[in-house]
Amino acid sequence: MPSKLTALILLPLLSVLAGCNWVVMQPSGDIAVQQRDLIVVSTLLMLVIVLPVFLLILFFAWRYRATNEKAKYDADWHHSTRLEVVIWSAPLAIIIVLGSITWIATHKLDPYRPLDRIDAERPVSDDVKPLNVEVVALDWKWMFVYPDYGIATINEMAAPVDVPINFKITSSSIMNSFYVPALAGQIYAMPGMQTKLHAVINKEGVFDGFSANYSGDGFSHMRFKFHGVSNEGFEQWVAKVKASDVTLGRDEYRVLERPSEKEPVRYFSSVEPNLFDAVVNLCVDPSKMCMKDMMHIDMMGGGGTESAENIKKLEYDNRHAQGGEDAPGATYPATERPARGEADQGQEPKALTPGAGEPQDKIDGTSEHQGHSMDNMDMNGSGGHEGHGTQDSKTDPQTGDGEVTPQVDQNGPAPAQLNNNKN
Amino acid sequence: MFSDPDLLKFIFGRLTLGAIPLHEPIVVVTGIVVALGGLTLVGALTYFKLWGYLWREWFTSVDHKKVGIMYIILALVMLMRGFADAIMMRLQQAISSGGSEGFLNAHHYDQIFTAHGVIMIFFVAMPLVTGMMNFVVPLQIGARDVSFPFLNNFSFWMTAAGVILMNMSLFIGEFARTGWLAYPPLSGGDYSPGVGVDYYIWSLQVAGVGTLLSGINLIVTIVKMRAPGMTMMKMPIFCWTSLCTNILIVAAFPILTATLTLLSLDRYVGTHFFTNDLGGNPMMYINLIWIWGHPEVYILILPAFGIFSEIVATFCRKRLFGYNSMVYATVVITILSYLVWLHHFFTMGSGASVNSFFGITTMIISIPTGAKIFNWLFTMYKGRIKFDVPMLWTMGFMVTFIFGGMTGVLLAVPPADFVLHNSLFLIAHFHHVIIGGVVFGMFAGMTYWFPKAFGFKLDPFWGKMSFWFWIVGFHFAFIPLYFLGLMGVTRRLSQFEDTSMQIYFITAAFGAFLIFLGILSFIIQVAVSILRRDQLRDTTGDPWDGRTLEWSTSSPPPAYNFAFSPNIHELDSWNDMKKRAYERPVKGFRPIHMPKNTGTGVILSALSVVMCFGLIWYMWWMAALGAAAILIVSIAHTFNYDQDFYIPEEEVVRTEDKRTALLAKQVA
Amino acid sequence: MSNSTAPSANTSEAVRFYIEEDEHAHASDGHDDGHDGGTALGFWIYLMSDCLIFAILFATYAVIGRNYAAGPSPADLFDLRLILVSTFMLLFSSITYGFSMLAMEKNNLKGTMVWLAATFLFGAAFLCLEFYEFYHLFHEGATPQRSGFLSAFFALVGTHGLHVAFGLIWMAVLMAQLKMRGLIGANKRRLMCLSMFWHFLDVIWIGVFSVVYLMGVIG
Repeated sequence: MPSKLTALILLPLLSVLAGCNWVVMQPSGDIAVQQRDLIVVSTLLMLVIVLPVFLLILFFAWRYRATNEKAKYDADWHHSTRLEVVIWSAPLAIIIVLGSITWIATHKLDPYRPLDRIDAERPVSDDVKPLNVEVVALDWKWMFVYPDYGIATINEMAAPVDVPINFKITSSSIMNSFYVPALAGQIYAMPGMQTKLHAVINKEGVFDGFSANYSGDGFSHMRFKFHGVSNEGFEQWVAKVKASDVTLGRDEYRVLERPSEKEPVRYFSSVEPNLFDAVVNLCVDPSKMCMKDMMHIDMMGGGGTESAENIKKLEYDNRHAQGGEDAPGATYPATERPARGEADQGQEPKALTPGAGEPQDKIDGTSEHQGHSMDNMDMNGSGGHEGHGTQDSKTDPQTGDGEVTPQVDQNGPAPAQLNNNKN
Repeated sequence: MFSDPDLLKFIFGRLTLGAIPLHEPIVVVTGIVVALGGLTLVGALTYFKLWGYLWREWFTSVDHKKVGIMYIILALVMLMRGFADAIMMRLQQAISSGGSEGFLNAHHYDQIFTAHGVIMIFFVAMPLVTGMMNFVVPLQIGARDVSFPFLNNFSFWMTAAGVILMNMSLFIGEFARTGWLAYPPLSGGDYSPGVGVDYYIWSLQVAGVGTLLSGINLIVTIVKMRAPGMTMMKMPIFCWTSLCTNILIVAAFPILTATLTLLSLDRYVGTHFFTNDLGGNPMMYINLIWIWGHPEVYILILPAFGIFSEIVATFCRKRLFGYNSMVYATVVITILSYLVWLHHFFTMGSGASVNSFFGITTMIISIPTGAKIFNWLFTMYKGRIKFDVPMLWTMGFMVTFIFGGMTGVLLAVPPADFVLHNSLFLIAHFHHVIIGGVVFGMFAGMTYWFPKAFGFKLDPFWGKMSFWFWIVGFHFAFIPLYFLGLMGVTRRLSQFEDTSMQIYFITAAFGAFLIFLGILSFIIQVAVSILRRDQLRDTTGDPWDGRTLEWSTSSPPPAYNFAFSPNIHELDSWNDMKKRAYERPVKGFRPIHMPKNTGTGVILSALSVVMCFGLIWYMWWMAALGAAAILIVSIAHTFNYDQDFYIPEEEVVRTEDKRTALLAKQVA
Repeated sequence: MSNSTAPSANTSEAVRFYIEEDEHAHASDGHDDGHDGGTALGFWIYLMSDCLIFAILFATYAVIGRNYAAGPSPADLFDLRLILVSTFMLLFSSITYGFSMLAMEKNNLKGTMVWLAATFLFGAAFLCLEFYEFYHLFHEGATPQRSGFLSAFFALVGTHGLHVAFGLIWMAVLMAQLKMRGLIGANKRRLMCLSMFWHFLDVIWIGVFSVVYLMGVIG
């Protein structure tokens, strides 16, 4: 009978109310807790109308069955203004309430909005310095950079409890989604762009983090552990990372970003400053032009017709093919690997050996161009709805791509050689 | 000469023997089964000398009823393949726990979930919906065919061409491993250089042409070919939902075509629309594809709503409650479906105001949808409900869909979506509404109109078996997925570390097995019904005591549907005719003007397959020849002005007299 | 549709439930679908769907049209004088097509053909100018692969050009058919459809000219 089936449907809702051990329903970070509350409230609100309708369906089906001769039968009854008003206004009322909740909650829980509370009881005090973490989704592992500490890790991150965390998130080649269910909702990690997330962990413990957007073969194992630790524990963890004898520079990064699966946890005792910035701008390779410089040139009216040499400096997606490496999704017939088969059942983790003799000079051409707000361009790639990243540059978040409406300087295009390559 | 690599490369492009996946046992076995089955079928058709019959009466037919039936058969065949993919996914997820790799490697698994999505949406749901509209709409509006009968046949064959291309990928090369919407940059040439995405693009492009043309065709049919007296507000509700669906098709599919064209330019020409570098913007693709993708959801569900409306009224033996508000609700849904696409990617970081706007517009859609539910509910009120199989599916739909809709509204709350997006909760939600809505609707519709199409009812016992297996199986398969979503399990994973989740996956696999029994019961139902067709025969043309015009003609209807054009006075016109003691005309018949059959559609579709195969494998000569041939055949077709004929009076008289005799026997 | 109802077709009431059609009333019309106006409506809906394809291409151009990838911009590339000439070619072709339709209305086959030929020439001239422009751009290294802007530019203008090319093929075929069969109903209907198509391309071109060329060079 349908009623038994619906009991099955109702089970999750009941268990939600009873409280259970599912991470989304019992998270450990304040943002995720508020999101959980929102789920519960919205569900209850909708049940106000869904449950009666459900019961009425069953009741009418039983009451007006053909064999029940006692029930009233009126073949022409097909209109009732009063009922019509009810069936349109009842859902409308629910939606008005739910819509208001949505509007408020969406603004309050906007991942770009800095936290104003640690949890329901405690506001963020002014003297607490948030922890900055820069996250890069690589094929297929996670890189975490702690700019305040000058350290970096692969596939493991830690944060002290009750300290707000400011994430900046990007990706090296394919769109992923950064998600630690116990901590807060997810946000996309997109190549050439930067997204933000503000969250706080309230409980000590080890939590799962992963990519929540399919990104290719190694996606299933693109997981990491998020450690919620005490302040002392965090100091110890930082010290542990600092004790590593491996450092992370641009060359190491370029080895690291090649596709690989099931990467073990790695620590880097030091990390090159501005690495994250270079990743966002697709210019970790020093021979490449940074996207913000390209965008600056574009804002100034382009590089002119004599700019063919810029093409090579801006090519990025084909970097694996050019280096003789397979692209993340390459199989038959692009490579020798067969169309299907065991041959590519996951690649061995590659050893982290930076290519010898590659140039080490670092790029900091960012401050060369005056007269334009650089933070206007620092992360948002090339427009589209990721444009919320420009919140701090006062562009209209409604349009999303408002950031790419530069005032083209008609006094002449910027010279084509205006780029970061100092050689 | 033939060892010349350049020449080989010219002839075969990137196709080599390595493209045939001989090392993949699952595919090899499937290939053998398909080949044996195909050979048996071809052999049987040849032995019984049926090729000529098939070609003359079906393949080249421009009769909307036959085209509709062919659409539905195609969809059911593809349902088997799409469901086989589903079973493999369920098995893989059930066994690949705690370090086990399961029986599918990531490479194969990724193709399977992509193929499952593509097949189920484009090659099962779409042809089912289109087939149903094709068959029913002209009958319901009292027309003899659609406005452009040749285009109708051509549309079907283009859809079939898409199906053929899609299935070729199983045995030659590989399919896309990108997910069913092929987001760049993953689907771009640099990150997916193989043939998979090319198969994806071309099969959808070819099928998309068919869908678009059939959309145009049905709009014009509904607007221009209604029987005299049938004003818009006297149209059966299924025609209304079909009209809105086809408007959505015409307003949405060009977006898909354009978007996939841009993606293919990126892949073939090296442009920079959706690349990371040189000024491309992958997020633009995600916006564009969902501007098509969200209306697509309503393209699928609206006809199902229409079917349920017809069935509820018929089996409650009562006029539909609130016809007007039903129509307005349909129109409102049609319009609103264009204002919600961003809810598919709240997590892109569009800002709180943008997210809330799209979240709230999404919720607003639930108001007209809720009104529809209430209308069905109050149609049951004071009715005399007969629980025949079509009504069972409808009841199953109502109790299932309200909960699926509820989880949908929940996902429309952006902060809630942040924790549920891309999780198995989302998967459970959209299967809840697509199976509970579209699939149940199509099964209801097939059972309801089967006697009209073939002259005998479907066997009710196996129909009930199928229904109960489906509905129970559905809940077993997807309720655990809601749980898993709340446990933070994301979609498209092929392996799991956490063993505590395995029990949920095993339950879901069990549910999938029950659904398998449901599909099996449906097949048995058709077989049993064919065997028992004499007992199940419908001689009246009106087996359910129907209310709309299609039940006024014989089952199956004659090629010309109606000997005389019906004249409409009321909503539910056949019910009105029966009530007012309508007498069927028995004399005064005239020759009837009808379109001629043509093989051009088949030829053009075959040439499209050739052209696309050339494009996929870089056999440029083949692509160029295919394109040139398409152009030439199309032009040649326009030189044929002899596209219609008259069914002679004697034949009409003979057909109608036979029915007169049959009906007389009925009374006696 | 004829409204002559069958006499004595019905019962006691005056309500008639079916209509005896006079099929021959429109048999001389020569249409193959048997329904007046359906083709015009259907073709118009097709044009609207085509319009959506252009809308997407315009939207794409609006989003990535300024991503020059440190390469050439519209101001560097476009020669407005050339574009103005080709714009007028297309506008003239629309006018001549109008004259062709007027001749068709008067059942003047020769006039229809002559004006159609003039339209063809103007259309071909437009296409040649476009080829020349593209050749010139390629020569300067401004290929579709160069930048997002050029990808979007070639997609938009190229799609329009492709439509014009198909229009020309159609026109040539239709001229052959007019020669073979004269101004029969089916051919008149085709002339009308091509007319809608041709004017539609003109409208699209106005958009291209304003958004891509004028705003690109001046705005």
